[in-house]
Amino acid sequence: MTNGRTSPTHQDAERALVAPGTGNGLADVFRSRFLLKLLVRKELRIRYRGSVLGLLWTYVKPGVQFVAFYIALGVFLGLEQSPTNRGGLPNYAVYLFSGIILVNFFTESLSTATRSIVNNSGLINKIYLPRELFPVSSVWVSAVHFLPQMFVLIVACLFSGWRPGLLEAYTAVAGFLIIALLATGLGLLFGAVNVYFRDSENFVDLLLMVATWISPVLYSWRMVQDKAGEFWFSVYQLNPITIAVESFHHAFWLPTTSGAEGSPPDLITLWIPVGLLVSLAILFLGQWTFRRLEGRFAQEL
Amino acid sequence: MTAAIEIRNINKQFVLRHTRSLKEALVWLLRGRKGDLSKKFHALRDLSIDVEHGETVALLGLNGSGKSTLLKHISGVMLPDSGTVRTGGRVAGLIEVGAGFHPDLSGRDNVYLNGAILGMTEAQIKEKFDSIVEFAEIGEFIDTEVKFYSSGMYLRLAFSVAVHTDPDVFLVDEILAVGDEPFQRKCLAKIKELAAAGKTLIVVSHDLDLVAHVCERGVLLEHGSVVMDGPVGDVISRLRNR
Repeated sequence: MTNGRTSPTHQDAERALVAPGTGNGLADVFRSRFLLKLLVRKELRIRYRGSVLGLLWTYVKPGVQFVAFYIALGVFLGLEQSPTNRGGLPNYAVYLFSGIILVNFFTESLSTATRSIVNNSGLINKIYLPRELFPVSSVWVSAVHFLPQMFVLIVACLFSGWRPGLLEAYTAVAGFLIIALLATGLGLLFGAVNVYFRDSENFVDLLLMVATWISPVLYSWRMVQDKAGEFWFSVYQLNPITIAVESFHHAFWLPTTSGAEGSPPDLITLWIPVGLLVSLAILFLGQWTFRRLEGRFAQEL
Repeated sequence: MTAAIEIRNINKQFVLRHTRSLKEALVWLLRGRKGDLSKKFHALRDLSIDVEHGETVALLGLNGSGKSTLLKHISGVMLPDSGTVRTGGRVAGLIEVGAGFHPDLSGRDNVYLNGAILGMTEAQIKEKFDSIVEFAEIGEFIDTEVKFYSSGMYLRLAFSVAVHTDPDVFLVDEILAVGDEPFQRKCLAKIKELAAAGKTLIVVSHDLDLVAHVCERGVLLEHGSVVMDGPVGDVISRLRNR
């Protein structure tokens, strides 16, 4: 049965028998970072293929959204502070934009990550590779789209007299991390479930529809505190997106105002660590679910 | 000789699910699980097989006998319901050449992407890039988007990337029908060259003459079980005389 060819024995050590198709989850993604880089680059190249504006769309879309919200909510509904409207938020444009871009980062990440497994079924069916790569690269691509918007925000803030300190830098990074971890965790979870039940992506669409409204992107957290009372306000604060948006406000918007509005109590000492922990917990839950479900991806797709 | 593949008593059942929505699953649950939500199909049945490094094995059998499913278990794309699969060394598949290609990327980008998907490192791809392009006979078109390639060029490039991944165990599934006659001969020569270099080959093909040419050992599958295992010529004649 065996033939006469000799196999080189010096390779025997690295040829120890192992079970194929069983990976180490996100640790493997780190090990395949070259492939991750190529997948991200591919996604960035093909996203706006055949369009005249190309990557400019990442500016146009949030720009139009921002203008529409600003006019409807800031001007018509009176959320912006002006000489005739003392009760509004100062520098509402900065307030609005800093929240919108962060929530958009979350929306784009989660929406593409949820579909990433099904959309890459051609590969997953045929070649074994760490499948976590697909949701992770989706989040990464969204982060690349997020960066130029971040740049616009910083320029706008500098024009409004923004002088950031270390604390501001910390809350900005924390806000970004909370969203990135949360989107990766939920993306793994819903991406895996989507293989079995395509309801998953519709559920995510629903979730993303309300995401902008259940965190203080358009309105002030004080309005929630006034209407809901302390207990429900704490429940409201448990949402990592809420904490991330407030962190961004603290970093970018608050320094451009007189500071009278303030951030929610204990934001830095309590809520940011809570937000990071909740996001981490969701990331672990997502990874755990993903690993339990991925064994049957190839036959279900 | 060391073992390249060790498969012990694996079973695989496919659930042919009729439904793909939560609503239907819920309705089925509420009705007291009446009727069959799913149908089962035994793709592999208590299958065991050992392959040593350096062997050239042809998996033979009619359509639906479990050949491709077995390859997917060896590559790790699928996991068995019971039993164990273990492989030694790097396993790479020439399964469905071009699965990782994207039509909107240039040939160059696709070589990098596909090479990385098949497990090559950046340095390995860089080192073999010229050789890949030369083997594929793509020449100046390497920076053209792949969607403008002829189907032959596309397959040649994909095949070329796959054969340059240099794994210890090669899984080959119906890909020898690549390109025109001269290129086919070139592919075949390359495959034989790999075999001569001591690589392990697992080949699935319905082209029996070709298989007899490349492989020494034949394994006949029927309904997910091994029914014959021996020199490739004997196995082929049994398959032909059925």
